Amino acid sequence: MQRIGVFVCHCGSNIAATVDVKKVVEMARLEPGVVHAEDYQYMCSEVGQAKIATAIHEKHLTGIVVCSCSPRMHETTFRKAAEKAGLNPYMVEIANIREHCSWIHKNIEEATKKAVILARAAIAKVNLNTPLKAGESRVTKRALVIGGGIAGIQTALDIAEAGYEVDIVEKTPSIGGRMSQLDKTFPTLDCSACILTPKMVEASAHDKITIYTYSEVEKVSGFVGDFTVDIRKKARSVDMTKCTGCGVCQEKCPSRKAPSEFNRGLSTRSAIYTPFAQAIPNVPVIDREHCIKFKTGKCGLCEKVCQAGAIDYTQKDEIITEKYGAIVVATGFDTIKLDQYDEYAYSQSKDVITSLELERIMNAAGPTKGHLERLSDGKPPKNMVFIQCVGSRCSDNRGKSYCSKICCMYTAKHAMLIRDKYPDVNVTVFYIDVRTPGKNFDEFYRRAVEDYGVNYIKGQVGKVAPQPDGSLLVQGVDLLDNKQILMKADMVVLATAIEPDPSVRSIATMLTASIDTNNFLTEAHAKLRPVESPTAGVFLSGVCQGPKDIPETVAQAGAAAVKAIGLLAKDKLMTNPCTAKADELLCNGCSQCENVCPYGAISYETKLINDHGVREERRIAVVNNALCQGCGACTVTCPSGAMDLQGFSNRQILAEVDAICR
Amino acid sequence: MQEIINRAKELLADGTVVRVLGWRIGDLPYNPEPSYFETAEDLEANFVYNGFCGANLSKYMIEGSKLEGKTLVFLKPCDTYSFNQLIKENRVDRDKAYIIGIGCKGKLDIEKIKAKGIKGILNIRGAEIDGNADTLTIETLYGEKTIPYKDAMLERCHVCKGKDHMIYDELLGESIDTKDADRFAEVERIEAMSPEEKFAFFQSELSKCIRCNACRNVCPACSCRKCVFDSTKFDSAQKANVDSFEEKMFHIIRAFHVAGRCTDCGECSRVCPQGIPLHLFNRKFIKDINEFYGEYQAGADADSKGPLTSFTFGDVEPGVTGGRR
Repeated sequence: MQRIGVFVCHCGSNIAATVDVKKVVEMARLEPGVVHAEDYQYMCSEVGQAKIATAIHEKHLTGIVVCSCSPRMHETTFRKAAEKAGLNPYMVEIANIREHCSWIHKNIEEATKKAVILARAAIAKVNLNTPLKAGESRVTKRALVIGGGIAGIQTALDIAEAGYEVDIVEKTPSIGGRMSQLDKTFPTLDCSACILTPKMVEASAHDKITIYTYSEVEKVSGFVGDFTVDIRKKARSVDMTKCTGCGVCQEKCPSRKAPSEFNRGLSTRSAIYTPFAQAIPNVPVIDREHCIKFKTGKCGLCEKVCQAGAIDYTQKDEIITEKYGAIVVATGFDTIKLDQYDEYAYSQSKDVITSLELERIMNAAGPTKGHLERLSDGKPPKNMVFIQCVGSRCSDNRGKSYCSKICCMYTAKHAMLIRDKYPDVNVTVFYIDVRTPGKNFDEFYRRAVEDYGVNYIKGQVGKVAPQPDGSLLVQGVDLLDNKQILMKADMVVLATAIEPDPSVRSIATMLTASIDTNNFLTEAHAKLRPVESPTAGVFLSGVCQGPKDIPETVAQAGAAAVKAIGLLAKDKLMTNPCTAKADELLCNGCSQCENVCPYGAISYETKLINDHGVREERRIAVVNNALCQGCGACTVTCPSGAMDLQGFSNRQILAEVDAICR
Repeated sequence: MQEIINRAKELLADGTVVRVLGWRIGDLPYNPEPSYFETAEDLEANFVYNGFCGANLSKYMIEGSKLEGKTLVFLKPCDTYSFNQLIKENRVDRDKAYIIGIGCKGKLDIEKIKAKGIKGILNIRGAEIDGNADTLTIETLYGEKTIPYKDAMLERCHVCKGKDHMIYDELLGESIDTKDADRFAEVERIEAMSPEEKFAFFQSELSKCIRCNACRNVCPACSCRKCVFDSTKFDSAQKANVDSFEEKMFHIIRAFHVAGRCTDCGECSRVCPQGIPLHLFNRKFIKDINEFYGEYQAGADADSKGPLTSFTFGDVEPGVTGGRR
């Protein structure tokens, strides 16, 4: 029989105003096993914790129940307090009478009744608790960063600067990501490449950083501190150790019809290519789909012209297996597809473009060498219309419910740059709201309106209709003037919503990291743990977690790095002792638990079992305590009830249910 | 039948197997029982295979796998699904079994014969598997009665899964597909009931239960070393049949435990001495699984993951969408 102490917290008036705490104490005393019960204003305070310690010593308590706030808040506090007083920390249970009770009820009588029931359930559980001991696992002092955009680069640099090895895995042939595609950056209008390239160079030159480009994460196993990752290095068909980056192969390549990913398909590239001039590494890849040698067996021109003898048509994908202590996801974003928004005529007219395409057009290395011109006829536009929130803040199923966050600022940037360089071009922006919080952001937007004469119209565009004369008829509404607007434009730019890069889904699955309905990776806590995934050892950097601009991305990348460094700095980790355990006498060896285990924590061994005198070899499930996260999927799948979760056993849970229903 | 006995004797004689798992002549013309045979003499004298050999021998191979040497086991087409499922769950050792896929033309339900008022049965002709008799001729204390073979068939044979064996080492005898009814018609009829009607239906059926455990003991999916209803580890152990709630719990828990693994072999309903249509619970789960995850037949193979023990991005989320395929 346990000797249980019950401690009821007032939480100031948070609990005490709605729950009669004295009554809870009085009722708790009547429960089996309870030898002590008291209440106090703030149980989590020094004084409150001292009361618990005193009671443990004086009443020789074997278990305690604290009726207070959510265990997410103070379970650790009370466990530590109990441990200090000599009690096993897993003999502590929390009855959440704040979030689950006082905060959501108004009637004192009802709330008190419920608080008593919650306390009773926790007492019933403690009666069946057993002391548990946390194990230890080692930490591999190496980090993996998935994605080589500005988020991944910054995280890798920060981790490397702290002295730890970092590997960056980037699926495209070069690091740089979306930022490398941008022309200028808000709110300072400095050139994107000018600020990004030094970072790319720094990362590639850093002796602690290894960059795997044209590579993808193929498989992840293990757990926090000890992940094992298979990285597929796709066949580049160019020997990275021999290539000098002279670029002759690209000049001579006769296949030039492949759409340039870097220029968003607005120009073409050769089959052997580096995505852009500042690419790192400056080693081309052969796009085997477009390469004549790979398609027909004839050609081989690049091999002939390569002085270094770096071309290798026989190269195969290579799998690299590496161990990591921490993994940072920095998979970034893409713009949404516009099939659902045909009213804007994106598929019908070359002169309706996305903002990212405009970035390429404005860029000196872009398809038009930086000249603002219509893609249909090469003529300079006279009237430009920008449409905001295309697919963002959408209330139907066509687009995204969220605000993409960056569009208001980059549209102001585009409008300003165009008005600055081409003062005779009229620029009109249709918007729902202009959202420009951020340092120097609103000033930036106001400059576009006040100094550069950009015409902002509050209202949405209903239709863009290509006209026979090549112009575009824009039909919109001005909500402030309450009138319909019909205007002619030469170019229409769509502020297309951003969404997480599609690759994030498979990566999240491999990492067992959760994603939300929009495919953004979920944080462990929206406010207090924003750069950690709920999966231990997995951290989030950049837009994969939610829409962000560059300054925010870089800040978060640093934060993710700090969290990863904090983990790598440890030699050993305490493991969660609330893991599954198979009862050898009940286990059928049927593999159902292994099938449902999301952590690969269950394996089987053939063991000689003595079942009440019957000795036989049996196939038995064995749980790896370091891998098991205590999710309990196996316990509900096991048909014979052999699997149980330590600290949350079926008996404990049923005892709680019984106590509630009593 | 002699062909089957001869082949079994051959395999015993040449050492391929050390025993035979088949059906032994019972004390009545219609109750052969599963049994091991270790000698040619025993086979010759006591082995039987006829329309009353409905018993699915797959589950016996759990114990058979632990015995020394190989066992020859006769499996009808529908029995092979159960055997595959047991391989999948590592409950039988494929290498310990020599499987003869045996022909089947539909099995008989003595309760259906008795329900026709046929009593005092002395002998039944037409239940043999040889020949194509479509009529049973029953010799009784009160004279000879006849009944069409089809009318005496088990419910499960009217929804036959087909004449093909899913796993075997060799085949012997011909099978026919006896399906002539819709497998889910009865489930649909119950689904259409109001909650009160459903409750009344199951109450009236399950209140007949005497907790004899026959359904559990015969079920190939109920193959746990220690059933939760027998284990002292759980409060559910051997609860007395004290109230109507307990008997329902037993069957509902059992249905949940075999969900996704039940091959719909129909043994539970065949052996129920109270005639409770227990297969309906399992069939409801099968129907739901088919609708949620696509057509799935447990035991059609021995290695795929079941729909309830594998996760894919395509999985429906009925809790979220409330929708079905």
